[in-house]
Amino acid sequence: MKTFKHAIATAVSVAALLGSLGLAPMSASAAEGASSVDKGKEVAFDRRLGNCLGCHAIAGGDLPGNIGPPLIAMKARYPERQALYDQIWDATKRNPHSLMPPFGRHKALTDQQISDITDFIWTL
Amino acid sequence: MKTKRILTAAAVVGALLSAPVMAGSVDPAADLKAVHDYFAKKFPETPFNDFINGVYSIDPTSRAQWEAIEEFPPYEPNIDKGNELFHKAFANGKSMADCFPGYADGIRQNYPHFDAATKQVVTLELAINQCLEANGEKPLAYKKGPIADVSAYLAFQSRGKVFDVKVEGADALAWYKRGRDHFLAKRGQLNLACADCHIYSSGTYVRADLLSPAMGHVTHFPVYRSAWGEIGTLHRRYGGCNEQVRAKSFKAQSEEYRALEFFHTYLSNGLEVNGPGSRK
Ligand code: HEC
Ligand code: HEC
Repeated sequence: MKTFKHAIATAVSVAALLGSLGLAPMSASAAEGASSVDKGKEVAFDRRLGNCLGCHAIAGGDLPGNIGPPLIAMKARYPERQALYDQIWDATKRNPHSLMPPFGRHKALTDQQISDITDFIWTL
Repeated sequence: MKTKRILTAAAVVGALLSAPVMAGSVDPAADLKAVHDYFAKKFPETPFNDFINGVYSIDPTSRAQWEAIEEFPPYEPNIDKGNELFHKAFANGKSMADCFPGYADGIRQNYPHFDAATKQVVTLELAINQCLEANGEKPLAYKKGPIADVSAYLAFQSRGKVFDVKVEGADALAWYKRGRDHFLAKRGQLNLACADCHIYSSGTYVRADLLSPAMGHVTHFPVYRSAWGEIGTLHRRYGGCNEQVRAKSFKAQSEEYRALEFFHTYLSNGLEVNGPGSRK
């Protein structure tokens, strides 16, 4: 609940607010001018795209896996946005044995999608 | 604080990777000991022979539900069909029963094995088709249907027998190593190895699915899966697990999957046959 509030506090638009409340994220981002946070959330939660919930608990997501750590307090742990982007682009850089898919290196997501996800995750 | 905990988790995975399980020189006996010790430590509540129950050996919550299902098992009709097929006369008057003397006492545990004469790993399903072809009959498709029925029947006859796969000689070791390499290699767009999910992450959840330990995986195959709505073979499952990391699957009974089954079954040495099984 706390991280939820935090997300709300840092949300940059009304659309993002709707997204983090779990209200029709599809239509929210389909709307004109959806923020990168919105788009990032959608890509992150989509099973065929980021599917981050497969392994991480994320505020607003149901039935998360726990192979990886819960994604909370991200700004505190990643003061630099680039470091967070890099972790999502290729987690094996920091940990060669990482279980986290190297989304950018393996072209599972585009650089733009990873940038959007980074914006979203950074609000957590 | 959080960062520290995560770094520790990463370090633990790193340390495991350099443990004997993953070491460069291949020693099956050392692998087996490392894997058995690892799971004994990881799941201290699970008695050794209970690992044959796959994910239910580590999940008391879903176990009760599963045990209720096993009281009226969905694979029972498959055992009956397998029985019929196994004893049905070929055009030449013989039947599969002639190919598998000793089936009534249980033979499932003898597969897969390395056949020194042909230098091949022979799985039960491969042997079934070899029997059919040797008798002028048409071979069966490998992933589901009649071959899974016969396999289920033979597994059922073998319940309680103990796996003891032997890896003897350089050629057998080469097969073992190939299967081991498959199991340990990161693959697919998601870059995940069988070992990532079924050794290091066993006991954690991918979304709502609890990951089962690799030890005890093969003992209950073939399996009736509600997700399939029917019974299927081990190699069908291999294909599914390859594809879910967005890797290309191999053909059922290809050398690649027979090698994988050889290694994978070796990890269950000392465990009992309890196939066929039911899974969600
Ligand atoms: C198959 C499992 C898996 C998937 C899918 C996955 N991760 Fe991870 N993630 C991990 C694991 C395991 C770690 C722990 C560190 C490591 O091993 O790299 C991790 C670590 C992280 C970290 C670093 C956490 C920290 O506190 O340092 C971030 C950020 C992260 N993941 C974000 C994501 C995002 C965003 C997605 C989806 C686009 C995602 N992960 C998908 C397994 C996964
Ligand atoms: C992304 C994670 C993941 C990877 C990688 C993976 N699996 Fe699985 N596997 C699962 C899940 C989830 C299940 C269903 C739950 C369970 O029994 O573990 C499963 C089930 C199985 C089962 C059936 C177990 C049973 O009792 O019926 C077998 C056998 C299996 N996997 C073998 C493999 C092999 C061999 C590989 C590598 C080629 C592999 N898996 C790779 C996630 C994975």
